[in-house]
Amino acid sequence: MTEQTLRQWLLTDTPTSRRHAKLSAIYQGWLSFRGNTMAMIGLWILIALVAIAAFAPFISPHDPFVQDLGNRLGPLGTEGHILGTDSLGRDILSRLIYGSRITLYIVALVALIAPIAGLLVGTVSGYVGGWLDAVLMRITDIFLAFPRLVLALAFVAALGAGIENAVLAISLTAWPPYARIARAETLTIRSSDFISAIQLQGAGPMRIIIRHIWPLCISSLIVRVTLDMAGIILAAAGLGFLGLGAQPPSPEWGAMISEGRRFILDHWWVAAMPGLAIFTVSLAFNLLGDGLRDVLDPKAGE
Amino acid sequence: MLEIGKLNVWFGSGIDRVDAVKGASFAVPKGESFGLVGESGSGKSTILRAITGLAPHWSGRITVDGTELGKSRPKAFYNTVQMVFQDPYASLHPRHSVDQVLGETLHLHGFKDIDARVVKLLDDVGLGQKFRFRYPHQLSGGQRQRVAIARALAPEPQLLLLDEPTSALDVSVQAEILNLLVDLRRDRGLTYLMVSHDLSVVGHMCERLAVMKDGAIVEVMAVDTLRRNAAEHPYSQSLLQASL
Amino acid sequence: METLLDIKDLWVRFPSRHGVFDAVRGVSFTLGRERLGIVGESGSGKSMTGRAILRLIRPPGIVEATQINLEGVDLLKKTEKQMRDVRGKRISMVMQDPKFSLNPVMRIGDQIMEAYRLHNSVGKAEAYAKSLEMLEAVSIRDAERVMRAYPHEMSGGMGQRIMIAMMLIPNPEIMIADEPTSALDVSVQRQVLDIMDKLVKERGMGLIFISHDLNLVADFCDRVLIMYAGRVVEVCEAARLHEAKHPYTRGLLNSLPRLDAPRDRLEVLQRDPEWAEAPSVSGRVA
Repeated sequence: MTEQTLRQWLLTDTPTSRRHAKLSAIYQGWLSFRGNTMAMIGLWILIALVAIAAFAPFISPHDPFVQDLGNRLGPLGTEGHILGTDSLGRDILSRLIYGSRITLYIVALVALIAPIAGLLVGTVSGYVGGWLDAVLMRITDIFLAFPRLVLALAFVAALGAGIENAVLAISLTAWPPYARIARAETLTIRSSDFISAIQLQGAGPMRIIIRHIWPLCISSLIVRVTLDMAGIILAAAGLGFLGLGAQPPSPEWGAMISEGRRFILDHWWVAAMPGLAIFTVSLAFNLLGDGLRDVLDPKAGE
Repeated sequence: MLEIGKLNVWFGSGIDRVDAVKGASFAVPKGESFGLVGESGSGKSTILRAITGLAPHWSGRITVDGTELGKSRPKAFYNTVQMVFQDPYASLHPRHSVDQVLGETLHLHGFKDIDARVVKLLDDVGLGQKFRFRYPHQLSGGQRQRVAIARALAPEPQLLLLDEPTSALDVSVQAEILNLLVDLRRDRGLTYLMVSHDLSVVGHMCERLAVMKDGAIVEVMAVDTLRRNAAEHPYSQSLLQASL
Repeated sequence: METLLDIKDLWVRFPSRHGVFDAVRGVSFTLGRERLGIVGESGSGKSMTGRAILRLIRPPGIVEATQINLEGVDLLKKTEKQMRDVRGKRISMVMQDPKFSLNPVMRIGDQIMEAYRLHNSVGKAEAYAKSLEMLEAVSIRDAERVMRAYPHEMSGGMGQRIMIAMMLIPNPEIMIADEPTSALDVSVQRQVLDIMDKLVKERGMGLIFISHDLNLVADFCDRVLIMYAGRVVEVCEAARLHEAKHPYTRGLLNSLPRLDAPRDRLEVLQRDPEWAEAPSVSGRVA
């Protein structure tokens, strides 16, 4: 099959099998996503991030943990250390490269835990209604009433410092907004004709929630998660900065800023380089989120 | 087939209570097509929702095929009674293909030969196989309504509730859908209860009709009576005047 | 008859990934002090034609025409700022559903008065008196109560009358009504139409009445354009719509169920691809 006919096959209005229909829908979504330049930039940055994390040992010029006290606080462009060295003489570029693994790890874990918990609570609450709705939403309110970082701090303080606990703490504080969104969507979906129609086929609540409501909530949640990713990275960095996240000598970006803080006036690059990395990745997630909203939001699609 | 006795339906409670249907009674024998006519807010669609169990607060008597209905509907009820909704743009799940919609319906009713039945249903409503894997946004309004009709036919019901099935469609498409409904009724011996604000549509589709106003039935008559301009109630006459 | 609006070769195009889609293809017509109906099915381009006159087509849509002359001045040559003076003031538009056209959190009276004061520099008291007068002009009986009410307290027919009242404030020469009665019950429909009819006659306005309902248009208008696939396929006197010749118009008429002439099967419209290809019929009256 040539390139041209593959494209036609994907863009057909008359799919011939389930798989064909699915692929065709995905391809059309991709086409409209590709039209959004900013979102593509975001996507490329994130692909680059994943590649960097995957090939960290091959591309980093130095071992991120090897100290060289004779060569500490080297400025940008020092021979062999493009981004300079930190207070213990470690290569900042290599530490950033290895740090991307930690960032991705945090992002992936939070992205798995928080939205799924929120989706579950929100859709059940919205669909079932009544006292269950009241109870679940009051619990959500309690979580929402605390400032996120303060609540995360409390959790980490209780669970002990460390990257896993930081992730757990962030997830615990991140799910309530997702529950709210999912509930609001469920309330509008619940009263629509196609839900009535499937009720008339004798479908039970579990089936309706999972097969009919989830697919419509997920897209707005994905958008929201990508837009929140920046905040999550910053929260993780914030915990790292406060010494409650990743522990030294781990090259977590927030912890690196924290270390660089002491030299910020004389040796600004030690804190600025990880700051720049956090900024870039946060921005990339935001751009991606904006693009995804255009593709996935059914309201904008028509 | 269907008997409605002193049916009341209301929404809300206390001072917010709205009585949508007040003391409606009528009966539809097997094989007949019965129309409910009235203006918006007259409670005609609410009667359908009460029969299907989508309107939770009602009192009175609803008997389908000799069985009096309680507060909840047994699963077998949906093998007998199905409904086609007004707006084909709202009654199909936007992310489910035609195949998924019909397949899931058949699965829920415990059919085993789902593939063969999906193929047959699509043929029965005049869509054909090339529509099987399309999503609703790839279909026109008339095609969507055909899918909705196929879904309602899937469990092989005896009574079909039609809630303004063509009011969202263009007149030329309306003609196609009405013809399809006429054919299906003849071929399958279905009983129809059809709600419409359009007297000429009800006149075309039904043998008898009830005129509703403000939640109450003001007159039940044969369509022939309507045609002969022999409606008794002044409201029925004014409706007739407005639609000629 | 005096010509208010003269449109020649109007096109509305939407560029998309799959090429350019022409929603309106070379439509020409004139409007005098009359009731001109535009009928067609959904997607026939009838609403687009109405919006294109006011240049209300959202980008990426493009409006092209040899001319859209409003009393001799080409609207296409006006700047966006000048167009704002045309919209509402000289040509007004009534939409299908009043629910979406009224601000839900403002009292109706305040909305009408605001609209009035936007076009006339007068005090509150005069605006109030004028608004009451407008509401009474559209046969609203207890206008004082309506002025205090919020849009959600109004029925559909009431809302549509209020919209018409608002449209009339700047005393426009032309009114474009896009399916103004499709969301209403038949009995209310009649009342709203009577009001529009009265206003058009009394004020000598030109009315473009866009609808999918052939019988309604035949009843209500003076002249009718029938549109199909972006083209005008037939122009005729409204009173003679039932003698229309074009197979599309005939097909539409025959596909309607009729109370007085029962049939076993309704006629199904057989679409001829040629209808979409043939050039537009001109609705211009020299």
